[in-house]
Amino acid sequence: MYPDPRVVQFVESQFVPVRAHVKENHEEFQRLGAKYDAQWTPTTLIVDGAGNERHRIEGYLPTDDFLAQLRLGAAKAAFSEGDFAAAERLFNEIVAAHPATDAAPEAQYWAGVSRYKATNDPSALNATFQKFQEKYKDSTWAKKASVWGNH
Amino acid sequence: MATAAHQIAWRHDFDRALQDAAAKHQRVLLDFSAAPM
Repeated sequence: MYPDPRVVQFVESQFVPVRAHVKENHEEFQRLGAKYDAQWTPTTLIVDGAGNERHRIEGYLPTDDFLAQLRLGAAKAAFSEGDFAAAERLFNEIVAAHPATDAAPEAQYWAGVSRYKATNDPSALNATFQKFQEKYKDSTWAKKASVWGNH
Repeated sequence: MATAAHQIAWRHDFDRALQDAAAKHQRVLLDFSAAPM
């Protein structure tokens, strides 16, 4: 995952990267593992500046899926910080850039939520429901959006 | 094989990294790893 230049470029541009290695810095691995309940490798966390976990990736993923998950983490962090316009943009970028990944339907769902949170307009949820009729209609996220059909 | 240009400059001081991330309005990517170094 990490040797891929797309991953390296994204990580270096978006995050402060920290590695806790089970052998090379075992004490920090133990300390942070206990703090964040990380009991398996690889586990990748997106953590905000206050130390709050915003996204978790457990296990190996192919590059495109891993990149989509990293983007999901950045989008969720923006959402948690209340920057709903940025979150919507970032979630939509995932759908556009990584349409075949598991992250894409999740991002499509949260893009709709972000738009609703930014505008307080329920039609944003209905529009997201309509999108799920066309794309990712068999996903768990389509089921979650199914209640928005009457908004 | 990865080249030098394709390496992430991993840091190992998490608490300092958090401070830097907060100052730059970025997030920390914390990688728990057992990968060969």
